[in-house]
Amino acid sequence: MSAHASTTPAIFAPRAGILARSVDWVIRHPRMFVFLMVLPITLWLGIVYIGALIALLIQSFFSIDEFTGLVVREFTLKTYAELLRPVNLDIIVRTATMAAVVTVAAAIVAFPIAYYAARYAKGRWKALFYIGVMLPLWSSYLVKVYAWKLVLAKEGILTWVFAKLHLGWLLDAALALPVVGGNSLSVSYIGTFLVFLYVWLPFMVIPVQASLERVPGELLEAASDLGATPRQSFWLVLLPLAMPGVVAGSIFTFSLTLGDYIIPQIIGSSRLFIGQAVYAHQGTAGNIPLAAAFTVVPIVIMGVYLWAARKMGAFDAL
Amino acid sequence: MRSETRAPMALKLAAVGGLLFLLLPIALIFLYAFTTEEKSYQFPPPGFTTKWLGVTLGRADVWQAMGLSIKVAAISTALALVMGTLTAAAVARSRFFGREAISLLVILPIALPGIITGISLRSAFSLLDIPFSTWTIVLGHATFCIVIVYNNAVARFRRTSGALIDAAMDLGADGVQTFRLVILPNIATALLAGGMLAFALSFDEVIVTTFTAGQQTTLPIWMLEELVRPRQRPVTNVVAMAVVLVTVLPILAAYYLTRDGEHIAGQDK
Amino acid sequence: MTMTNAVTFRGVSRHFGPVRAVDAVDMEIREGEFFAMLGPSGSGKTTSLRLIAGFEQPTAGHIEIFGETAEGVPPYRRNVNTVFQNYALFPHLNVRDNVAFGLRVKGVPKAERMRAADEALALVELAGLGDRRAGMLSGGQRQRVALARALVNKPRVLLLDEPLGALDLKLREQMQEELRKLQRALGITFVFVTHDQDEALSMSDRVAVFAEGRIRQIGTPEEIYRRPATRFVADFVGSSNVIPADFAGAGPADRWASLRPEDIRPDPAGRNATITSRAFLGRVVRLGLHLEGQDLTAILPAADTIPMPGESLSIGWDTARVHVMEPDA
Repeated sequence: MSAHASTTPAIFAPRAGILARSVDWVIRHPRMFVFLMVLPITLWLGIVYIGALIALLIQSFFSIDEFTGLVVREFTLKTYAELLRPVNLDIIVRTATMAAVVTVAAAIVAFPIAYYAARYAKGRWKALFYIGVMLPLWSSYLVKVYAWKLVLAKEGILTWVFAKLHLGWLLDAALALPVVGGNSLSVSYIGTFLVFLYVWLPFMVIPVQASLERVPGELLEAASDLGATPRQSFWLVLLPLAMPGVVAGSIFTFSLTLGDYIIPQIIGSSRLFIGQAVYAHQGTAGNIPLAAAFTVVPIVIMGVYLWAARKMGAFDAL
Repeated sequence: MRSETRAPMALKLAAVGGLLFLLLPIALIFLYAFTTEEKSYQFPPPGFTTKWLGVTLGRADVWQAMGLSIKVAAISTALALVMGTLTAAAVARSRFFGREAISLLVILPIALPGIITGISLRSAFSLLDIPFSTWTIVLGHATFCIVIVYNNAVARFRRTSGALIDAAMDLGADGVQTFRLVILPNIATALLAGGMLAFALSFDEVIVTTFTAGQQTTLPIWMLEELVRPRQRPVTNVVAMAVVLVTVLPILAAYYLTRDGEHIAGQDK
Repeated sequence: MTMTNAVTFRGVSRHFGPVRAVDAVDMEIREGEFFAMLGPSGSGKTTSLRLIAGFEQPTAGHIEIFGETAEGVPPYRRNVNTVFQNYALFPHLNVRDNVAFGLRVKGVPKAERMRAADEALALVELAGLGDRRAGMLSGGQRQRVALARALVNKPRVLLLDEPLGALDLKLREQMQEELRKLQRALGITFVFVTHDQDEALSMSDRVAVFAEGRIRQIGTPEEIYRRPATRFVADFVGSSNVIPADFAGAGPADRWASLRPEDIRPDPAGRNATITSRAFLGRVVRLGLHLEGQDLTAILPAADTIPMPGESLSIGWDTARVHVMEPDA
């Protein structure tokens, strides 16, 4: 192999062709290379998407003329003041409360699933858990809502199960509760809550499971070696390490609940959530400024939430 | 995290209970597709029939909505593949000014509620006098499809050693050859998985679409109309089942692709 | 053999923001030599290697490869190949396709490049493993594949980035010997990066000692070992006693001197040292000594008369054997 080594050139001639040359040039200029790679996303998200968001934000500082129904393009805080009227404040509080309750419930229901899948499930069970979470996650959102319409219907399966178990009285008692109850499950807050919980649950399971899987087994062995009971290792080692995953999941459950307007429209009482208010104001009412001001509420809530989550290192668990 | 010890009974029950909670409602969809009851959601169904499968197959409005959904999903996925991969490569492989901002920007469309994306795009369209078209729907969909591709690609880029690219160039491969012979084969399964998930997401999207579709009807919009004002429950039942079937296959495929991909990419670091 | 330079660095710097990874380095690597770049991590040796390969471009200065300007030339136009630290074998290709990769991108026909790849595999004693996946090989085998993959291209310079770092001790020693043999047989210039001083000294024709982005000394292993230029080199190459020159009786107080352990001998007319440790190494005994506030290591022929720790021993040395060093920059 050595015979011709010294006869070959040390540096080869540049390749021919415009493509090869331009690629050569880009590779010699790494900064330009990176610039070209992030240019499309910057144009798309940075300008189109952020631009649209800012335009919306600006409109929230306009107001609507009560007589003509036309938008007045002058800076005013009048529209934001309108948000504080009891009827609108009610909507905000109702939505935020629902988002918080759904998030807490999702964390509680998701944890055992994630914990079992991460720590105990092997082989077939592992695959089953994966499919069990991914299938509802990626199944059509509307089909899932539709499935719950079937489940919660007065003549549906849930009523039938309660009746078969002779627990019909329990269901009636739950529906008789003030505020959360209603005529049937499909027109009560309980129903809305169940559907929200169902639809967003996989978004909690996945990051929690990911963060649990990253906890090295030796840490738990170390904890028990140092004298911790299983209960203590759970509370003192596992849970703190899984927390970023819970926070990451809660970003999804909270944000998705805040902005949803379809679930409460199909299953629940007729009282509005933020999403429905936005939809109604921008649509039939034509009050874009108020709709825009309403959307600022979840943006602000999520901004604070994301900022806090970032502090807790939740983005690493996504 | 892995342990050989057996799970406590309570944990096992809670986990399996949670799994059933996740899966049973979807199973119910299959049952109702064959019910003979037309006016209500009666359980147990009084009888079973396959009649509605044929009826649904003959419905032009369903097929049209499906066609539009597929078209939008295909274009959005293609755009997302290009932009998501480029961005992932830049973020995973180099450090540059604004890198943090871009990784945050990418997750923004899924971190913010979909209704915000929807209404801001709609008001931007009306401000700029852009008429509704397939492209206005695509504009909204690609925005959140990017993050799906990005997430898959960035994970694979991080696992794929940068030394492989150095090695290819060192051995004489120019930029184009390096991409074709080394980078693409190593990220292909991740891109395929990301692309399929992005397709599924777009195919199913309704919240943003209601704002950007105008009078056009995608399959989710068709379903939404049926949900709000049920007129043809048996047909809706069958469509729901079909949609579940269409989404199950890509998920299973994506699972096996990324699982095998980990073996390939994880061998050499 | 003519003494052309394979690689020349003139005032080469590579700065990453405020970090001066390589700082004003001058060096000449001669054709056909086994050249080692030795230094602790972050000393600039790997960046220098990447500058030769073309993965990095100098911030300042001039690089020549066989007399041709290398600045602005991308890696794939340099007839220089690299054995990477963790081998960087392509996981999606089998062993033969890995080895044939360089020929494939240069447009060598399939039959020819497969034959060349098999030849190269035979050269590194891996004949018959061409169909395996890279991930199925042991560390030592991967190392050989990486070597074959580089050599099959007949590079003018072969760069090796800590190629033995991931191998266990026994395999390491075996590979050191094989690499040396291969280099002699092929006559290709080898540039070898390592942080292991023994490896650098035992394998190479010449060694460049790097610290903080600069070269502290270039020389043959003997020169580096016997006459370390600065205190850093003496410390890093190791095993020498680094003591003030006036203490050694060989120079001014503001200089450091190196005194090799085997040059210290028992001397009844010498100075009285306390023994702090004593290790029996077969034919020799290594002693830790405390002498007038300085800690010294001495290596003496094994004998029954060597006292135990805590006892004292009168020692001395020939001041002509003391090497007085330049101050560190």
